[in-house]
Amino acid sequence: AVNGMIKYEEVVIDNCCMMFVKNPALFDVLVMPNLYGDNISDLCAGLVGAATLVRGIALAEAVYGSAPDIAGKNMGFECLFHEKFGKSNCFTAEWCSMLRHLNLHDKADLIQNAILNTIAEGKYQTADLGGKAKTIEFTNAIIDHL
Amino acid sequence: MGGRSIAAGSMTLKGMVKHAIGSGRSVTYMPRPGDGAPRGVTLIPGDGIGPLVTRAVEQVMEAMHAPVYFERYEVHGDMKRVPEEVLESIRKNKVCLKGGLKTPVGGGVSSLNVQLRKELDLYASLVNCFNLPGLPTRHHNVDIVVIRENTEGEYSGLEHEVVPGVVESLKVMTKFCSERIAKYAFEYAYLNNRKTVTAVHKANIMKLADGLFLESCRQVATKYPSIKYNEIIVDNCCMQLVSKPERFDVMVTPNLYGNLVANTAAGIAGGTGVMPGGNVGGDHAVFEQGASAGNVGNEKLVEQKEANPVALLLSSAMMLRHLRFPSFADRLETAVKRVISEGKYMTKDLGGVSTTQEVVHAVIANLD
Repeated sequence: AVNGMIKYEEVVIDNCCMMFVKNPALFDVLVMPNLYGDNISDLCAGLVGAATLVRGIALAEAVYGSAPDIAGKNMGFECLFHEKFGKSNCFTAEWCSMLRHLNLHDKADLIQNAILNTIAEGKYQTADLGGKAKTIEFTNAIIDHL
Repeated sequence: MGGRSIAAGSMTLKGMVKHAIGSGRSVTYMPRPGDGAPRGVTLIPGDGIGPLVTRAVEQVMEAMHAPVYFERYEVHGDMKRVPEEVLESIRKNKVCLKGGLKTPVGGGVSSLNVQLRKELDLYASLVNCFNLPGLPTRHHNVDIVVIRENTEGEYSGLEHEVVPGVVESLKVMTKFCSERIAKYAFEYAYLNNRKTVTAVHKANIMKLADGLFLESCRQVATKYPSIKYNEIIVDNCCMQLVSKPERFDVMVTPNLYGNLVANTAAGIAGGTGVMPGGNVGGDHAVFEQGASAGNVGNEKLVEQKEANPVALLLSSAMMLRHLRFPSFADRLETAVKRVISEGKYMTKDLGGVSTTQEVVHAVIANLD
């Protein structure tokens, strides 16, 4: 049996892009094919503030892709766990999603709160969030908040 | 000279001379004898809000005594093809102004808008997205021109069902089309004193298709050394558009990305109700609202006659400039901008309560 209380609508992708930037609150859950999803999710990320803050459950892959222009410059995030990925704030949020998936909710909450508190405090923020902190400084700040 | 007063004693002599040169009438446009003869323009009101907004343009043109006359043809989205007489008229006049044609979703019927573009080989679509004074948005200093390839790519219309439940859709990219759109983009930038051309692509995934597009852009870029050229992947482009749109100038894109980028940029800068645009090919030009109005706008707007005519009015100003009537174009554009910046007569999509007709009257009242 399907829950009959979910409203279903269709929207043409070009109109969707336009409505999205004017009033994103119009949308709730969006389902779409590959290419449109790529674009719309990055568009959302831009609206929210930075790609680093958006979570995506795609087998724990960071939303931002590999950001080849800033990798290795210690300007973006280098992940705590793997050097390959470009944005570890997003990535550590991925790990939260994964921990929840593995039913380790308390650990996930711990990390998530640490990230949110660090950002809210505002003392250590990397370039894409408007600050000047290096990756390692931001990471240490998160660890301090744990 | 001009309409501004210089407060006594507030400027040096040098400053006053500089000011006097800057304000007032520009160096005059000298026509060839006979350039003032009225030009015929094919008019297609179309569906939805189309008839409302094209009527608005007709009224303003009449009020200005602009040297254009319209030949109106009824075309609707549910027709199978664009009637041959309409195409003949456009071929004769070389210029057309149209409202939207409602495209049925799915069902295998091709869009008449796309058909028109292919028949007349209108290979370049241009949309100008810019901030209007009086229409504050989250971003400032936005002035983007999106030049989009209009005939091939994802809109080739080549789809088939391989087996039930599996559909193949062909994206066809050719060197010929990619090169000519790149040439148009750089030529446009050169003629309009634009500094940068950005190519939008997804060549990391579609290595051959978008790779071909990029190669063509790069080749053309070498012929315009004074214009800066760079490339951006389409998903990053969407993100940058919503966070730092002021960094974009002219953008050249293949068909589908152009559709998305133009609509996003239009939304950023004030909405589809105000952005002008046109389609042009080697022989003809068709002017219409810049970005899609959600196909043809919703029914309530039509019933209550509250559609925004600004986009089509600005597009018709572009058309007047294309027809080499620069002073009429300037007057129309100035009147529309004055109405927006005053803020008294604005339609619902801009936060106001006026009807289409009220906005038209305000524009006519503001004509020099």
